[in-house]
Amino acid sequence: MNLIEKILARASAKKTVEPNEIVEARIDVAMVHDLTGPLTVKAFREIGSKRVWDPDKIVVILDHLVPADSVTTAELHKTLRNFVKEQKIGHFYDVGRGGVCHQVMPEEGFVRPGEVVVGADSHTCEYGALGAFATGIGSTEMAAVFVKGSLWFRVPKVIKINAEGKFKEYVSAKDLILKIISTLGSGGATYKGIEFTGKTVEDMSIDGRLTMCNMVIEAGAKAGIIDPDEKTIDYVKERWKGLLNQVKSDPNAAYEKQIQMDVADLSPQVACPSSVDNVKPASELGNIEIDQAFIGTCTNGRMEDLRVAARILRGKKIGRGVRAIVIPASRNIYLESLREGLIETFVQAGAAVGNPNCGPCLGGHMGILAAGEVCVSTSNRNFTGRMGSKEARVYLASPATVAASAIEGRIVDPRSSVGN
Amino acid sequence: MIIQGKAMKLGDNIDTDVILPGKYLVLTDPREIAKHALEGLDPSFPDKAKDGVVLVCGHNFGCGSSREHAPLALKYSGVRCIVGKSFARIFYRNSMNVGLAVIECNGAYATVNEGDEMKIDVEQGGVEDVTKDLKFKATPVPEFMIELILEGGLIPYLRKKVASEKN
Repeated sequence: MNLIEKILARASAKKTVEPNEIVEARIDVAMVHDLTGPLTVKAFREIGSKRVWDPDKIVVILDHLVPADSVTTAELHKTLRNFVKEQKIGHFYDVGRGGVCHQVMPEEGFVRPGEVVVGADSHTCEYGALGAFATGIGSTEMAAVFVKGSLWFRVPKVIKINAEGKFKEYVSAKDLILKIISTLGSGGATYKGIEFTGKTVEDMSIDGRLTMCNMVIEAGAKAGIIDPDEKTIDYVKERWKGLLNQVKSDPNAAYEKQIQMDVADLSPQVACPSSVDNVKPASELGNIEIDQAFIGTCTNGRMEDLRVAARILRGKKIGRGVRAIVIPASRNIYLESLREGLIETFVQAGAAVGNPNCGPCLGGHMGILAAGEVCVSTSNRNFTGRMGSKEARVYLASPATVAASAIEGRIVDPRSSVGN
Repeated sequence: MIIQGKAMKLGDNIDTDVILPGKYLVLTDPREIAKHALEGLDPSFPDKAKDGVVLVCGHNFGCGSSREHAPLALKYSGVRCIVGKSFARIFYRNSMNVGLAVIECNGAYATVNEGDEMKIDVEQGGVEDVTKDLKFKATPVPEFMIELILEGGLIPYLRKKVASEKN
């Protein structure tokens, strides 16, 4: 069996499972945030249940509109504060305590290899980077999990992507995953799992692996997954003191198909409006002038991302007519960035630095676009209207590409601009 | 369960940000959410759908976010059923869970015209264009999902279960 099959078999108390089989799996951790949590609470009440199945297995994180930007949002936050108090849910991350849910979850030890995690957010598929089976579900389904602690899954067919080779300077996990999404197409992995293997993935930091698995949903995938290795175990052990279930894919495991990638010649990639599979090399875009550059989110707001952005921005100024927004993905990343002087670099360069939260990624607040504006962003979606006006355009790229573009005022290959 | 309504056609890759833009995710009342259904594509959609429609769509309908607000917006604006070539998986589950029937059917899209009278048999997986007198094959819906739809969604389904466990 492959890793996803092994995890689902264990969670549903079966010896083996096969693709397309429907199983009822025990849930190890369930997460909601401020935009999907209130609907979950509403559904939970309507079902008529009084207590959640296990308050220790539920994590509630305020991250989409933090601090509250309106009375309506404040009411949503209040709903969740009251719910965690009533249900004695200890794992609650209020304003200033946590950050973006998909950074807080791995960082605080809620994601462990071999376990099943569900989140009421589509980018929950990211946690497979630590060898867990994790997927996004809706609010009503989450209410069902809150009631019974289990959920049905169709065992997915799995595509194995084997990446070999070393990245060139300023080329990173984001460029690789954009290239993969353009290869598969935006619906190319619908209902399926994607397992990443190969030397490139082995060499990749946990930050990079999280970026890769975070975006598999943009090809429609149910989950991304990477066999846990020493790096994974070290990362998780620092954050979780319980027993670890170190399960891996069998060498002879079956896959729907296998794709080989060589990253040695990969260049910085950009997903152009308005679909994530519309990917071109940054150097072939022509002259795309930008109004806004955004560095942050669950995809690229981690230490490695902020470090490379700061390296490019150090001693430079954000281009005339461009506004740059930098949002560290969590409180811990914010603190570490302060210690390393990255925040000072960003502010000196002329960027606005925000408190850890989702920011403008989904058009909520902190950098919404007007009609006709162009933003280059490290986030994960460039759909029509995603970051504000439906006449705005969003280009997705790596932190290095966004930082270099912020200086130049147009989208550039960071390798052609750095040092000039 | 038979669902009928006039066909309204949409293309491929209709994403959740177009179905319900992110700025409306602070809403929790389905009737309020429905006022903004498909606003990213056609702000007059709720008006066009209000008498009840069957959406006939291309591939990968509902791709993107896990926001349940998306199927809620469609359901409460008047969408009775969605017949699509394929669906994004979270959207598919969410729709069934909120009691909006979604049917995978590859053949209908190319033939059905806007405004055709559609007839869908959820249990049998039958899709019919009544205007053209044509029938299409649909992917069968798992039995427990049919049960959900017949109950009106996951909430009434579980409410019944929780109540029976209490008795």
